[in-house]
Amino acid sequence: MSRDNLQLDSNGKLRHFLTTEGLSRQHLTEILDVAESFATVGGKSVKKVPLLRGKTIINLFFETSTRTRTTFELAATRLSADVQSINIATSATSKGESLLDMLHNLEAMHCDMFVVRHADSGAAHFIARHVAPHVSVINAGDGRHAHPTQAMLDMFTIRRHKGDFSAIKVAIVGDVLHSRVARSEIHALNTLGVGELRIIGPKTLIPSTFSKLGAHIFHDMAKGLEGVDVVIMLRLQKERMKGALLPSESEYFARYGLTEEKLALARPDAIVMHPGPINRGVEIASSVADGPQSVILEQVSNGLAVRMAVMSMTLGRQTETADGQEG
Amino acid sequence: MSQHAIADVETLLGEMTQQLQAHLKAHQINDPVMIGIHTGGVWVAEQLHQRLGITQPLGSLDISFYRDDFSRIGMNPEVKPSNLPFDVEDRTIILVDDVLQSGRTIRAALNEIFDYGRPARVVLAVLLEREGHELPIRADIAGTHINLAADEQVKLTGPDNMSLSIQKQS
Repeated sequence: MSRDNLQLDSNGKLRHFLTTEGLSRQHLTEILDVAESFATVGGKSVKKVPLLRGKTIINLFFETSTRTRTTFELAATRLSADVQSINIATSATSKGESLLDMLHNLEAMHCDMFVVRHADSGAAHFIARHVAPHVSVINAGDGRHAHPTQAMLDMFTIRRHKGDFSAIKVAIVGDVLHSRVARSEIHALNTLGVGELRIIGPKTLIPSTFSKLGAHIFHDMAKGLEGVDVVIMLRLQKERMKGALLPSESEYFARYGLTEEKLALARPDAIVMHPGPINRGVEIASSVADGPQSVILEQVSNGLAVRMAVMSMTLGRQTETADGQEG
Repeated sequence: MSQHAIADVETLLGEMTQQLQAHLKAHQINDPVMIGIHTGGVWVAEQLHQRLGITQPLGSLDISFYRDDFSRIGMNPEVKPSNLPFDVEDRTIILVDDVLQSGRTIRAALNEIFDYGRPARVVLAVLLEREGHELPIRADIAGTHINLAADEQVKLTGPDNMSLSIQKQS
């Protein structure tokens, strides 16, 4: 089975959510539409819906990420699922148990979904290929490859502010080379028909292959930001930045850090986004991160709604139509 | 599939308005709020809301997240956000739907409403109540009651010039 088809069941519905690549505009739009309804759940006095009552979701975090893990846990509990997070660094795989043995043990406990975060590209796909037919897998970030729920919460945030994708220019700025978020965003933006996609950053951090994805590449930030509607800043992945890709953080900030002066080159109603956690004074100035055009905290709230949508769509994908009358 | 029109919706709305006014008066309810259930229930509620002169804005519920058949039919991709633009705590709610049959939609709607707060009372008003109850839920107000065969379905079209028709699976 090809990698693209792995995500879909025989009816073309989302079975796993591993990457934004290879999904249709209809799939992505459906995720955004369903998420729109979940966005109101946080406003109720009981912040829960009973949709996934009785389902068991396991967060498998081979790479630590407090924020992402927390939003997946919250999304699961707001759907009334039972959720258990396993930090693999402290689990049996460090005692030599193989990954597949561990998966089969968890399946034997009647789990319905694995949310997987892993430092290696392709880890979630590997797991999705080996799970039982009723189990769904969601990729919560694998290596440099994909982080599809982050990309979709960004699409959700953009759509809420800008509406029609075809009418807007979006700039992704920074360390694209190491960014799974950027890869997932680029595929999603292309599929959703973005008007223009720009990638801004130093030559050493932009793979040359990205121009083939329909993006316009800029190494001069001022030129790249001119007239854009959305600025997506990427985190400078310091922990992955060993060697000579960059001269220094301060020089990086001078050339590619988002300041108020640089932001003034974008459209006056442009929004500023960042997947977090932000490095203040490295890729973004505090005055911009906390400024009126920043939607960074909104992205976090939207992340819950989008993850609830993806979880409920993958776990409730049966397509027989409701029999008979509503009522 | 055959199809034929039944009762005139305008007449049923007039009937419901009268019944509601009498019901509110009899129970000394002065300041009710109204909630319609997507989609047909919202159309009916918009009409009743206007006719009863309710001052609070109309609320709407999409009960997709509260259905009891999610594990059988999956996520409804057409789900709309619920919107209750008022505090339900201690209020009397007039809950409006187009057709009451099994009662399952109303069960789901009640569960959703109670996740917003604890209303003082919920009054159920439907355009049409038919046979086939599967839960102990009955309408307080109904435009009409009819008996239909199991293979007959009632469909409300709208929101402009609403009409009710019966579709028979043949």
